[in-house]
Amino acid sequence: MRLRSGVFASSCLLVEALGVALFLRGFFPLPVRSLPRSEARRDPPAEPAPPGSGMVSNWTKIPPPLFKKVVIVLIDALRDDFVFGSKGKQFMPYTTQVIEKGTSHSFIAEAKPPTVTMPRIKALTTGSIPGFIDVIVNLNSPALLDDNLIWQAKTAGKRIIFYGDDTWVKLFPKHFVEYDGTTSFFVSDFTEVDDNVTRHLDRVLKREDWDILILHYLGLDHIGHMTGPNSPLVGPKLHEMDNILKKIHISLLSKEGESSLPNLLVVCGDHGMSETGSHGGSSEGEVHTPLLFISSAFEKRSGPLTQPKLVQQTDLATTLAVGLGLPISRNSVGNLILPVVGDKTMREQLRFLHLNGFQLSRLLQENTPAYEKDPGYEHFKIAEKSHGNWIKLYLDGNNSEILLNLGKKVLKQYLEALKTLSSSLSKQVAQYDMYSMLVGTVIVLEVLFLLLLITPKALSSRAEFEVPLSPPLFSLLFYLMCLMLCAVHVIVCTSAESLCYFCSMSWLTAVGVMVLISALMCGILSAIGKILESSRVPVKNPVVSNSSWSEVDVLILAGTIGHVLSLGASSFIEEEHQTWYFLINTLCLALCQELCRNYFLLKEGDPQHSITLKQSFDNVKEAYECKNIDIPAAGDSKLGKVTSSAEFIKGSDKWISLASPWIILICCRLLRSLNQTGVQWAHRPDFGHWLTRGITEARFVYVFVLGIVFTGTKDLLKSQVISADSSVKSIGLWEVYSGLVLLAALLFRPHNLPVLVFCLLIQTMMTKYIWRPLKFDAAQITIMHYWFGQAFFYFQGNSNGIATVDVSAGFVGLDSYVEIPAIFLTAFATYAGPLLWAIHLLCYLSSEVSRNSAAMGHGCFCYALVRSIPVAVYIILVTSLRYHLFIWSVFSPKLLYEGMHVFITAVICLFFTAMDQNQSRKVQD
Amino acid sequence: MKEAEIKRLLAANLLCVFSIILTTTVPAFFLDSFSVLGTHLTWLCICSVSISALNIVLCLVLKPNPSPKRSSFAHKISRFLKCCIYFFMSCILFHVIIVLYGAPLIESVTETFLFAVLLSTFTTLHCLCMLGPNIQAWIRVFSKNGAMSIWDNSLQITTMCSILGAWFGAFPIPLDWDRPWQVWPISCSLGATFGYMAGLIIAPLWIHWNQKQLTYKSR
Repeated sequence: MRLRSGVFASSCLLVEALGVALFLRGFFPLPVRSLPRSEARRDPPAEPAPPGSGMVSNWTKIPPPLFKKVVIVLIDALRDDFVFGSKGKQFMPYTTQVIEKGTSHSFIAEAKPPTVTMPRIKALTTGSIPGFIDVIVNLNSPALLDDNLIWQAKTAGKRIIFYGDDTWVKLFPKHFVEYDGTTSFFVSDFTEVDDNVTRHLDRVLKREDWDILILHYLGLDHIGHMTGPNSPLVGPKLHEMDNILKKIHISLLSKEGESSLPNLLVVCGDHGMSETGSHGGSSEGEVHTPLLFISSAFEKRSGPLTQPKLVQQTDLATTLAVGLGLPISRNSVGNLILPVVGDKTMREQLRFLHLNGFQLSRLLQENTPAYEKDPGYEHFKIAEKSHGNWIKLYLDGNNSEILLNLGKKVLKQYLEALKTLSSSLSKQVAQYDMYSMLVGTVIVLEVLFLLLLITPKALSSRAEFEVPLSPPLFSLLFYLMCLMLCAVHVIVCTSAESLCYFCSMSWLTAVGVMVLISALMCGILSAIGKILESSRVPVKNPVVSNSSWSEVDVLILAGTIGHVLSLGASSFIEEEHQTWYFLINTLCLALCQELCRNYFLLKEGDPQHSITLKQSFDNVKEAYECKNIDIPAAGDSKLGKVTSSAEFIKGSDKWISLASPWIILICCRLLRSLNQTGVQWAHRPDFGHWLTRGITEARFVYVFVLGIVFTGTKDLLKSQVISADSSVKSIGLWEVYSGLVLLAALLFRPHNLPVLVFCLLIQTMMTKYIWRPLKFDAAQITIMHYWFGQAFFYFQGNSNGIATVDVSAGFVGLDSYVEIPAIFLTAFATYAGPLLWAIHLLCYLSSEVSRNSAAMGHGCFCYALVRSIPVAVYIILVTSLRYHLFIWSVFSPKLLYEGMHVFITAVICLFFTAMDQNQSRKVQD
Repeated sequence: MKEAEIKRLLAANLLCVFSIILTTTVPAFFLDSFSVLGTHLTWLCICSVSISALNIVLCLVLKPNPSPKRSSFAHKISRFLKCCIYFFMSCILFHVIIVLYGAPLIESVTETFLFAVLLSTFTTLHCLCMLGPNIQAWIRVFSKNGAMSIWDNSLQITTMCSILGAWFGAFPIPLDWDRPWQVWPISCSLGATFGYMAGLIIAPLWIHWNQKQLTYKSR
């Protein structure tokens, strides 16, 4: 079967996309273990029965609530040192006094990454750890369907009032008797957003008709985003929060007199903030949040203040459930924070711990088949047994020292068991589905090898080659491999203990994948065989090695390899934009040197030089002709010029050409300071902030949109004038291109429009003054386009973190969230840079077809290859680094970006192939 | 003839390397709290000045490319002035390129400029000493197969190595190791220095080993 290299490349990429999808599915375990709510209110376990028959504990119900009213004050982005550090002492005097001398317990709650508000709210209310994929799947935060504290409270008849971030309202629709949501949309709003919460406070605190009050303050988060944690705005905001806490606390204390049960005030943060004021990652500042329990039920603190103990954020859900007398949420992995119930009787404390342990062990039972071997489960069983013994002593009426000591021992055993249980449960969230990952990796690697092996043939002048499909497909090896792989599949799936996605697919699909793998393998083997064969046969036409490598070639190769290698270090992933900026700068300088050589050195009268000179004349002529296809309006005059000045290139053109790399460099430098992205230098001031501050942005929008509309129409007119027979397609391509440019202009943040303008400028200059005169081949052009596309990805302000995805692009022109257009628009806005460069590449190559008919095929093939190499290497790196400290904060988001990029590249390559197909048909006609 | 010249080249280059090593150690006896990392700017100044002085002296002593005829004093002065202007322009050019590569534009201008001066010392000054303010000669030397003597070859290699060294020196900057040598522009200037030293040592050896292939056109 003969295949064009474009077709081959796109089919390879499609297969690769499949492999990447499989790998991603294995790498990001979905939080599958959310249990249905229906069973959530099953009968609670009784106290463990004392040994011996006949004696049964009479305490089978859930313990009664410990607190009457609970107020939860959640301050967004409240970092631990804002309360416990020097800032807290300075700006939160009341809270500090309560912490130091009052009736309170203070902890540092550790949040798990991703430290973004929505997953944190889920963690606080369900006690489970939302998986990484949760963030992606739930960009529009639909209702929370898992068992959670708020639902439990509502079903138990508690009346809940909520004021604050409207994420809660979306997560818990119809749960609150009264609510007022504030939106986090206007990040520059520091005061209104909090006043909208506080204005209800006086009225609500006077009323008696509620049980739980939740307040979520967003102002501090906004201040952090705009100005960072050390800004002078933080102090007054903390002071404001302190006054609110004081008001609530005093009001709660004043209400307590008549009722028997005390009230509870909980102060917590959902996540902290980094030194730059952002959040989402796993740095210490982002992860550590304060957690305060204030209630008159606690003993007054005495003695010196000790450093607050570290607890998990998920512990809050369990502790509150116990405090409110509710069943613990089924998916919670949290542990009861014992000091909060520390002044209850020993029997009650043990009862709480037993409930918690029972819930955790049941969660473990439902998730791991081999739960009985788990050390946590074993510990729990032992603790339960000694608990039974203790109850026997207790029921016997034994009230001595022995009982107390034994109780303490049981308590310790329980705490130990809880810790082990919850750590083994949390580990399960991060458990990888190695088998699916392996299958995905194998597919991706095979595709890469196939592409690499076929490279010399695919880049030959015909861009067509024979794919020997039938011999490998009918070989014995193929069937043997299929059989073997199927056998391995059966063995792995029957012996696997944990959940495996690939095994849960239907067996037909699995067999299909196996056949695919073995077919690819046989393809590789036959390709290798052919290469060996051809190397053994005396080479008919000696390999064209006289074209030695130019500096640009060396740079392109070194840059590609260097970038791929740099993916192994987390810092280089965080700062990947720096790599690309560095590379395109060097590329520009290399091009400048090439241009200098082209224009200056050829003047000398060497015979060898004169030949190249002649060639360069041809180039220039050709370039002019090519240009004339593009710019027919100016065609006649230019053609005249070319013929008249056949001796030499026009002086002005030469100088513009020499200056263009420098202009491009300056453009890139400006763009780089437009959006400071990455992590280390993200705090540097950038033009983007300056532009978003004032009215300037609106004016910029008008100017740039007008400019782009003008360019677009000009391009269209240009292509219209060209005689229809030769380049109907070129018109179409330009239309597509300008359409995409307009779409990008619509979707970009206003301050990013310069990126688009400079993108167009650089593309024009590159084409006109550098690529055409220097006559690079399609492969070089493709890789340069790819590099520039990557650099523009970061110029837009993207980074390798999830936080920079601009979700608002998905809402442009839509009344409400509609999934498919929103996904499409967001993906386009994110990958606009690479996409625009890819389409430009297509336009450029299609205009180049007259010179090299295989240009499109080569371009498509190179594009596929350049994309496959980093993906394949990165997949292997991530697999080997899967227990790295930064795997969730740095490597996983990058993996998602890479995967998405593969899908987009596959689409682009299909488009390429379609264009190429038209071309070939036309040639045949 | 050739062997002797290579030996002279080797001696001169080793002297340069030695002087660079001296600049890292000797000032510590005269200046309090001097260290390459701690007081990097001082070291940059000292290194640039001493290397340029040594280069000029070597150039006067060895006369690698003797000018064809004795020229007048005024001619010499104009040549010298031209050299100064070229050197200054190359400093500015390097500064611009470094800023284009992403160095801060307004902050730490001194650091960037001194780094540019160091790079110019390693590359431009060397060229000026060897070739004089003669653009045509420069273009000839830095084009393919343009070298006419082992001095030209050595010039090519050291220049390439210093620039490559500075280029590679930028790599560790984004890493989050928080080491003192990751501060701008220490890693780059150290990279350039190591590259220069490596170039100085490699050049005579490379010429020695490739003697057969190197055939120089007579001028």
